[in-house]
Amino acid sequence: MTEAETIARWVNPGARVLDLGCGDGKLLKHLWQTRQAPGYGVEIDDAKVIQCIRNDVNVLQLDLEDGLAAFADRSFDYVILSETLQAIHRQEPLMKEMLRVGREAIVSFPNFGYWRARIQIAFAGHMPVSKELPYQWYDTPNVHHCTLVDFEALCAKLGLRIIERLVLTNGDAVTVLPNLLGSLAVYRVSA
Amino acid sequence: MIVTPQKARFTQPLKLTSGAVLPEFEIAYETYGELNAARSNAVLVCHALNASHHVAGTYADDPDNVGWWDNMVGPGKPLDTNKFFVIGNNYIGSCFGSTGPTSINPATGKPWGADFPVVTVEDWVAAQACLADHLGIERFAAVMGGSLGAMQALQWALSYPARVRNSIVIAATPRLSAQNIAFNEVARQAIMTDPDFHGGHYYDKGVVPRRGLRIARMIGHITYLSDDAMMEKFGRVLRRVTPGFDFDVDFEIESYLRHQGDKFSTYFDANTYLRITKALDYYDPAADFGGDLSKAFARAQADFLVISFTSDWRFSSARSREIVRALLDNKRVVSYLENDAPQGHDAFLMDDARYFNALRAYFGNIAL
Repeated sequence: MTEAETIARWVNPGARVLDLGCGDGKLLKHLWQTRQAPGYGVEIDDAKVIQCIRNDVNVLQLDLEDGLAAFADRSFDYVILSETLQAIHRQEPLMKEMLRVGREAIVSFPNFGYWRARIQIAFAGHMPVSKELPYQWYDTPNVHHCTLVDFEALCAKLGLRIIERLVLTNGDAVTVLPNLLGSLAVYRVSA
Repeated sequence: MIVTPQKARFTQPLKLTSGAVLPEFEIAYETYGELNAARSNAVLVCHALNASHHVAGTYADDPDNVGWWDNMVGPGKPLDTNKFFVIGNNYIGSCFGSTGPTSINPATGKPWGADFPVVTVEDWVAAQACLADHLGIERFAAVMGGSLGAMQALQWALSYPARVRNSIVIAATPRLSAQNIAFNEVARQAIMTDPDFHGGHYYDKGVVPRRGLRIARMIGHITYLSDDAMMEKFGRVLRRVTPGFDFDVDFEIESYLRHQGDKFSTYFDANTYLRITKALDYYDPAADFGGDLSKAFARAQADFLVISFTSDWRFSSARSREIVRALLDNKRVVSYLENDAPQGHDAFLMDDARYFNALRAYFGNIAL
């Protein structure tokens, strides 16, 4: 199962979706085609914004670090932050903003507690480089890595409710020792 | 691309926002490409302050006169005339062919001059709708413009919601700020205090308020460029070897502004300048809705593409984001591009690969 399939399963048909850091708009297109869920993407990168337009996806070129002032309270059913959390400088205000604008937030991120990452740090003694985290430490858009445990602690601090969690490795759901064996985490949270 | 300017004449009176009535009027326009059989591929291009209906191509008898948006409009260009039937039009009140202050007032047989009514963006759009009827176009694939042209693209979606499929709004503002109006007022004062202005009735006196027009244009030009672009282009470079300690031209920027002002004052009409700046000042679609732009856009049906430039301080990106917010509040289909081209307000006229590719992609997705 892919992340997109997971998210599509969680999104009610016809729901209004906001995808933060939407890349080329593939997820939004997928949600439109499979769930008839209309949406908007937010993307800062020029080339990706053009790809979104080419993909016929609504895209707004805005900086997430500036907050979500363009969006009214509760104007979306779901606000999605797909593999972008780790590239944001200030997670707390963004999480709050997501749940001001949306009824629920769907957040996914590469799990820094994945055993392969742990081994690279613990035994090879260097920052993890992998399929999920393909960057060198000095040349990465990622600034705040976290593990499942860290993210759940942040949710607790912000008083957010975790409705659902799916942990994946190579497309397979991980239920045993997810913080160790899962490479990607997908959460559904609400205020 | 060789093009030929045309004129459409309308004998039905046009009631203006001010309450005045134009008994008859003409619109100068040009077309590029072919209208398809379904009449579904028409794109109306609206111009900004000092441009005209000559959007693209050149004239057979004037090959150096290239249209003002020739980089954007033409075969294979972002607005591709192999696919679309593009219409450039000159708004009423202009001095480039459509009925304006320099036209003959049928009541007096003399140029309208100061008696030509003040027109608004809404009036321009109403006149353009007459042109659309004349050309047999019920619904535009897109209405597009930059700056003041963008206001017309916005207003089309509000005045004739069913007649616009896409509104493309570039370097726009939903209303002028006090600072914008202030710049316009200084420009108008420069014109009106010129001794050659004669209260707007200068045509029969054989003079033109050239000094006023020069200063108006110089002021305008400052607001079209960003501080960085101006510094990059002119810096503090001197025109002469050492400072003159007098008031002749020392710096390149002074020379540039004087040159722009001189050029402008030879071809632009002062009465038109006054009216266009007033049209800008008055434009405020939210005014009838208690200042609530979201309510103003409730009647829009078009899809929107909004583009701003971060170096534009005349109509900043924040103003475009207000438009985007109002469209989102109304659940409109909208995309927004915030381009960091450095030129300032004038960036909308410049080649920028990202800006052009975005438009190319957008027009490519318009199904006919």
